[in-house]
Amino acid sequence: MATSEVVQERVQISLAAESLSEERIAYLERLVSQARSAAAVFTQSTQEDVDRIVKAMALAGLDQAQPLARLAVEETRLGVMEDKVIKNMVATEFVYNYIKDKRTVGVIREFPERNLVEVAEPIGVIFSITPITNPTSTVLFKCIMAIKTRNAVIFSPHPNAWRCCSEAVKIMYETALKHGAPEGVFACLESHTLQDNAYLMRHKDVGLIDATGGPGAVKAAYSSGKPALGVGPGNTPVYLEKTADVNTAVTDIILSKTFDNGTICASEQTAVIDDQIYDLVLKKFAELGAHICSEKETKLLARTVIDPETGFMQPMAVGQKAADIARLAGIAVKAGTKLLIAPIHGVGREHPLSVEKLFPVLAVYRAKSVDEALKVCVDVNHAGGLGHTAVIFSRDDEVIRRFGELMNAGRILVNSPGSVGAVGGVYNDLAPTFSFGCGTGGGNSTTDNVNIYHYLNIKRVARRTQAHMWFRVPNQIYFNLNAVENVRQFPSRSTIIITNPALEKFGHVDIVRHYLPQGTHVHVSVIPDAEPEIKVVMQGVEALNFYQADQIIALGGGSVIDAAKIMKLKYESPDADLEELAAPFLDLRKRVVQYPTEKTNRARLIAISTTSGTGSEVTPFAVLTDKARARKVTLADYSLTPDVAIVDPQFVMSMPKGLTADTGIDCLTHALEAAVSSYASAYTDCNAMQAIRMAFKYLPVAYENPRDEEARLMMHNAACIAAMAFANASVGVNHALAHAFGARFGVAHGRANALMLPHVIAYNASVPTKFLPSPYQKGYIAHKKYATIADLLGLGGHTIDEKVKNLVVATEQLLDQLGFPRSIAELGISKEEFERAMPELTKLAFDDPSWRSNPRMPLMSELADLFWKAYHGRGPAKAAGATEQQTSLQQSA
Amino acid sequence: MAMIAVWLKIDEERAGQALQEAEEQLGNVEGEVALDFSSVRRIDPSALRALEKFAGVADDRGIKVVLRGVDVGVYKVLKLVKLGSRFSFVS
Repeated sequence: MATSEVVQERVQISLAAESLSEERIAYLERLVSQARSAAAVFTQSTQEDVDRIVKAMALAGLDQAQPLARLAVEETRLGVMEDKVIKNMVATEFVYNYIKDKRTVGVIREFPERNLVEVAEPIGVIFSITPITNPTSTVLFKCIMAIKTRNAVIFSPHPNAWRCCSEAVKIMYETALKHGAPEGVFACLESHTLQDNAYLMRHKDVGLIDATGGPGAVKAAYSSGKPALGVGPGNTPVYLEKTADVNTAVTDIILSKTFDNGTICASEQTAVIDDQIYDLVLKKFAELGAHICSEKETKLLARTVIDPETGFMQPMAVGQKAADIARLAGIAVKAGTKLLIAPIHGVGREHPLSVEKLFPVLAVYRAKSVDEALKVCVDVNHAGGLGHTAVIFSRDDEVIRRFGELMNAGRILVNSPGSVGAVGGVYNDLAPTFSFGCGTGGGNSTTDNVNIYHYLNIKRVARRTQAHMWFRVPNQIYFNLNAVENVRQFPSRSTIIITNPALEKFGHVDIVRHYLPQGTHVHVSVIPDAEPEIKVVMQGVEALNFYQADQIIALGGGSVIDAAKIMKLKYESPDADLEELAAPFLDLRKRVVQYPTEKTNRARLIAISTTSGTGSEVTPFAVLTDKARARKVTLADYSLTPDVAIVDPQFVMSMPKGLTADTGIDCLTHALEAAVSSYASAYTDCNAMQAIRMAFKYLPVAYENPRDEEARLMMHNAACIAAMAFANASVGVNHALAHAFGARFGVAHGRANALMLPHVIAYNASVPTKFLPSPYQKGYIAHKKYATIADLLGLGGHTIDEKVKNLVVATEQLLDQLGFPRSIAELGISKEEFERAMPELTKLAFDDPSWRSNPRMPLMSELADLFWKAYHGRGPAKAAGATEQQTSLQQSA
Repeated sequence: MAMIAVWLKIDEERAGQALQEAEEQLGNVEGEVALDFSSVRRIDPSALRALEKFAGVADDRGIKVVLRGVDVGVYKVLKLVKLGSRFSFVS
């Protein structure tokens, strides 16, 4: 970018419309109106239409490459005609080759595996500023891009390149029109002023500004309030590392730096050369036609080509030949000198030649080490070249990697010339371009080589995806009487049985021990009969380590099995941070914290349940009690699921009535919540529904007649089957409420569940205040699920409303049969105490992950309302019923 | 003689010319004029200009212009050039 452009562009754009004549405004409005109509009409064109036009344009550009190049050099007095021909050819042939098979109309890309389709939408009217340095090639390039993307362009060429640019626009326009492009698709401003630019940049019908030029143009574009592609100047460092192929490096740099007399802003400005090869490199430069300046000549050169006031290059040097510049500076050089090499000793204002020089002058710096070289490259990069281009010649991958990390450049070119390399498509697979995005470092919106995709609005049609689901349970589940015998098939050198004092006393441990294979060393670890605390877990882990256990048998209820799961986790992965693993999450598969996969030890976990409720023997959950904070910490991960589950009713025959009721209602709650869960599937439904049937039928029998073997067997199986459902569909708001209430008031889990259950069924069956996003379900179906359950239970009813109501009544009747209190108040908790606890209860419940799969998203106020309903309690079963909102749900069903 | 609710069919091939002819008839119209676009699948810039001019003349004379059977692609073009609000559309 020439300095003259920079200076001109410093004029305030606020001069805009107010200083334009009415006649001029009418002219500009006419241009925009024509372009807008053309762009609108162009939206009707097909991919075939635009591809046909683009091909014709590319051929026309190729045909006129030489005349346009000649015109550009004559008019601008910059560059080399032969090189400009190459630029024009790259702008047409290479660009065409890059875009010819790319779709830019309608559906442009499909991602069937992601259910995503990308659709192209043209921008409309583009206002394009083109530079003096690459005038015709930039116009050819932008015209082809615009047609390929069905846009109209109004060009504003650099004033000193207007004639050649308008000729290029004319050639492109006439060709496009001839092949079917709409009238008015291209226009070129006549004798424009900065006020014209400002007016058009702010015009309501201009969709995008594409400003290729100096910082002034770019800043004006971005300041206009319009979407803009502003790309600007560079200051390319090139590092010649000691392993570089010197011959290739020097040849490429000369080629690049002399191409069009160095007018491409990606060309090398300062070569940083390792000490070991410095002399060799300079010798090679000299051999190939460069002049190595002495210190005195370097000073003369700097004085001539760099403006001492601004520190920028002098416009008169831009695009001139090396020999001409040398003559201006008073330096004697051989005829045919291609490049002036100026040794410098630093970067910055004290070293004038370290800035951008769009002419064949290359500063060189001798670096004593890689670190010094990289630092100097960073300095050059930051001296006006941020975001643009950087080049390295090296065979050392590590140095190349470091260079890539350190340079803030959209294009970091390796072992190839800067200018021609950055253009793309010649030395590499970058998109061919004449606009180099410089990212935020250069005040631009992109670091890309600007290409067709920047001329499109890309729309994404995202279809609803069928979320992947799963059904994960232990590989082996043994059930029915004496299923415990199956432990004999698992060989073990050292087994630890985790259990509680009562079970040891009842002789259950001896039963298990009896069936273990001979030769197994068995150690029994007895833990308190309560929800596990971290201290208890860590003691168990110590035992596992001491005995180098390869098998853990958890014999007990949910507390024992949960403790064993966490012991196994800490034994296998000692660094696992339980506090971190308990971090909240919304979706199990997208959680922030991942469970450890690397194992220090390995142990098989066999879970033998001695209660018929939690189903912990098949679930991926474990609950720890955090006494210090009066809360429960839920761990959830399929790696916690036991390897083997044994569901043997002989261990539950002696369960007391209260425990039978509590655990049985826990089982029923699991099944009811899994059935309506937003994660429910056909796989979990069959388990949930069957467990509900079994619980309604056999729980009262097991409660009334604890020795009834069939009832005990069925409830033991029901608990496991319900757990298989909720292990995969999870639970819901009932559990969130029960966890909070149980932890705050020390109420057993099953009992806490029972107090909430009828209210939660009615709540979930009514129209949600807020729907919970769920890719797994289509529509709100909780009320229908409850109605299906009522049908399965034979509860009668003709409408969904009636069936839900009957389910609520049946649940209440069951709770009455099992002797549960009807309200929290009945537990002796005063209203005042409950009121005081309410903020904490609602917070705990809302923080509980259980409700994340509830069909209805609970608001804090609704949680409080449910707590209060549970506090005041249900009436006699016959009076209970669904809420008034059910009628409308039924109607919508 | 004044006409009410004039019905004119616009042919895609000669849409610009047809609109020009229609514009000439506006002097005899009162109230409403309907243009049948059902055979127009694509519109070119000259037809667009003619349509814009037609809308202007109709506006000046207080005549409501109804476009019938406008293809959705053509409809989008009218929206893009902000002509959509100047017509009524019927299918």
